[in-house]
Amino acid sequence: MYCAPSDKEEPMEKFTKLTGTAAPMPLVNIDTDMIIPKVFLKSIQRTGFGKNLFDEMRYNRDGSEIPDFVLNKPQYRDAEILVAGDNFGCGSSREHAPWALKDFGIKCVISTSFADIFYNNCFKNGILPIVLPQEDVDKLMDDAERGANAKLTIDLENQTIQGPDGGTITFEVDAFKKHCLMEGLDDIGLTMAKEASIDSFEAKAAQERPWV
Amino acid sequence: MSPKTLYDKIWDAHVAHEAEDGTSLLYIDRHLVHEVTSPQAFEGLRMAGRKVRAPEKTIAVPDHNVPTTPDRVNGIDNPESRIQVEALDKNAKEFGVHYYPVSDVRQGIVHIVGPEQGWTLPGMTVVCGDSHTATHGAFGALAHGIGTSEVEHVLATQTLIQKKSKNMKVEITGKLRPGVTAKDITLSVIGETGTAGGTGYVIEYCGEAIRDLSMEGRMTVCNMAIEGGARAGLIAPDETTFTYIKGRPHAPKGAQWEAALTWWKTLFSDDDAHWDKVITIKGEDIAPVVTWGTSPEDVLPITAKVPAPEDFKGGKVDAAKRSLDYMGLKPGQPLTEIEIDTVFIGSCTNGRIEDLRAAAEILKGKKIKDGMRAMVVPGSGLVRAQAEEEGLADIFKEAGFEWRMAGCSMCLAMNPDQLSEGERCASTSNRNFEGRQGYKGRTHLVSPAMAAAAAVTGHLTDVREMM
Ligand code: SF4
Repeated sequence: MYCAPSDKEEPMEKFTKLTGTAAPMPLVNIDTDMIIPKVFLKSIQRTGFGKNLFDEMRYNRDGSEIPDFVLNKPQYRDAEILVAGDNFGCGSSREHAPWALKDFGIKCVISTSFADIFYNNCFKNGILPIVLPQEDVDKLMDDAERGANAKLTIDLENQTIQGPDGGTITFEVDAFKKHCLMEGLDDIGLTMAKEASIDSFEAKAAQERPWV
Repeated sequence: MSPKTLYDKIWDAHVAHEAEDGTSLLYIDRHLVHEVTSPQAFEGLRMAGRKVRAPEKTIAVPDHNVPTTPDRVNGIDNPESRIQVEALDKNAKEFGVHYYPVSDVRQGIVHIVGPEQGWTLPGMTVVCGDSHTATHGAFGALAHGIGTSEVEHVLATQTLIQKKSKNMKVEITGKLRPGVTAKDITLSVIGETGTAGGTGYVIEYCGEAIRDLSMEGRMTVCNMAIEGGARAGLIAPDETTFTYIKGRPHAPKGAQWEAALTWWKTLFSDDDAHWDKVITIKGEDIAPVVTWGTSPEDVLPITAKVPAPEDFKGGKVDAAKRSLDYMGLKPGQPLTEIEIDTVFIGSCTNGRIEDLRAAAEILKGKKIKDGMRAMVVPGSGLVRAQAEEEGLADIFKEAGFEWRMAGCSMCLAMNPDQLSEGERCASTSNRNFEGRQGYKGRTHLVSPAMAAAAAVTGHLTDVREMM
């Protein structure tokens, strides 16, 4: 298995190790409309969505901040990790959701489960989604509640999360996705290198299913 | 040969390359494109000097933020929406893909246009940068939503990097009771599994109640597979499917039709195929349902009462509290006492001709409640034309409904059709998320017949009392 280097305008950032503040969002079923309300989907760019991340939870109608919202609290304004309730990212396929998280500075989301499409979209944007059992998420949620003094260290290579009091949790991640994230690789280049397989598949399919 | 599920069969017929760890390149037969999730993908192609590998398999149509008033052919007022639609016009032309612009009578919601034009066929792989791509599974096509990076990937390579999902069988046995529709089936399944219950699975819906559904009904069921967390929903093709497809503009003809039919008839799950999960629901146990909260899993029979947060466990307790607060509801309140301000009939879930017929059936000779705002947004220009021909449009208009042009409209409220703060809507769409239909708007998901009933009485209503 090998990967071709990225040739997008901005090569994808590599993810290896991250030490940062984790913000707690215990709510379950945080959906893509909460992450980035659709009124902000009208851009034809990939950047600039960070200021509207969690917009309806984060701001009053007049644009002022809702002080109680976790990312508005001083200790979480620079959070790079989210610890969230079950089924994070459910709803739409919009990649604007990971774009907004990334633009804000979130590089890792931890939950007991993620919606499929969102989970995939994260990897394509250099964000690491981590699935853990409930007890582990509860523990990290506790850590996150302690604010900026409680940084987590995510080590992708060794697949570990180190909490502020030294405890270590290990996590699973698909080997191929891990590799691409660590190397900052672009899928399209990778697939284009397999063009011969696509050509021969196409030729065979045209014989077998000419109506397609 | 070992027994296979329908999903296994379609998957196996589309693997162009498989790595040792099972990561596969899945060949894509149809790529549907709309204005919101594609501009960044086309821009990516342009930057890298790439072209669309198979423009003849790529179909584009603007739907998400097009206005639904007739004056829209004169241009879109909202500058950002206009930029997105214009970008699609330009990209479709530049890259040479099939295109149905706003001015074309065939324009409509991408998931309605695809099947209507015969682009969606059994055994195909179909993708679109939209989660409700699951709709096309009704034809026995493996169809799922993808993100914009994947849209770009499919445009450039006509493949998708995938790992195989698990197989789930959802069987709906027996007959449905009167007043119970495909929408009630699909919502009830989500009520049973939860919105994450299908995560990691492709669902195949089967059983007598599913077989009995029309293609329109089957599309409604598969449409919401994603709301149950599944990657895709499937229904094995049968005579109902073949009859629907035959003669559509892009359906195979002549000898190709016969060849296609022969293959399509092999597309079913073998008797002793392996399932990772099986759910069985009795058709006669399904009631007309509504949602009370802000997740599609917050579903109850219309005869029930608003639940209390304490009825739930774990993180759902807080979520239910938040939902009730957002929805402005009190535990113990009968669902039928919830008063409605607005009714929306449309979306890729329920914007097809059969849906309009079901709603019109209830509305015939009746008026909507005074002060009620009610609109019908047909799923495509052709659905609209057919409804006009059948006299349905007149029934809606006489009842007091607005009769709109095709598009997504208030399903996601990216165009001017939005709820205002606190406005409460009975909607035939698929998502009741906070703010989905407008900032602080409140959504109750229902079937078209239930929506029509609510429009008449002014509150959520058991449609069976009006039949
Ligand atoms: S009708 Fe609604 S759910 Fe369907 S494609 Fe449009 S916005 Fe998405």
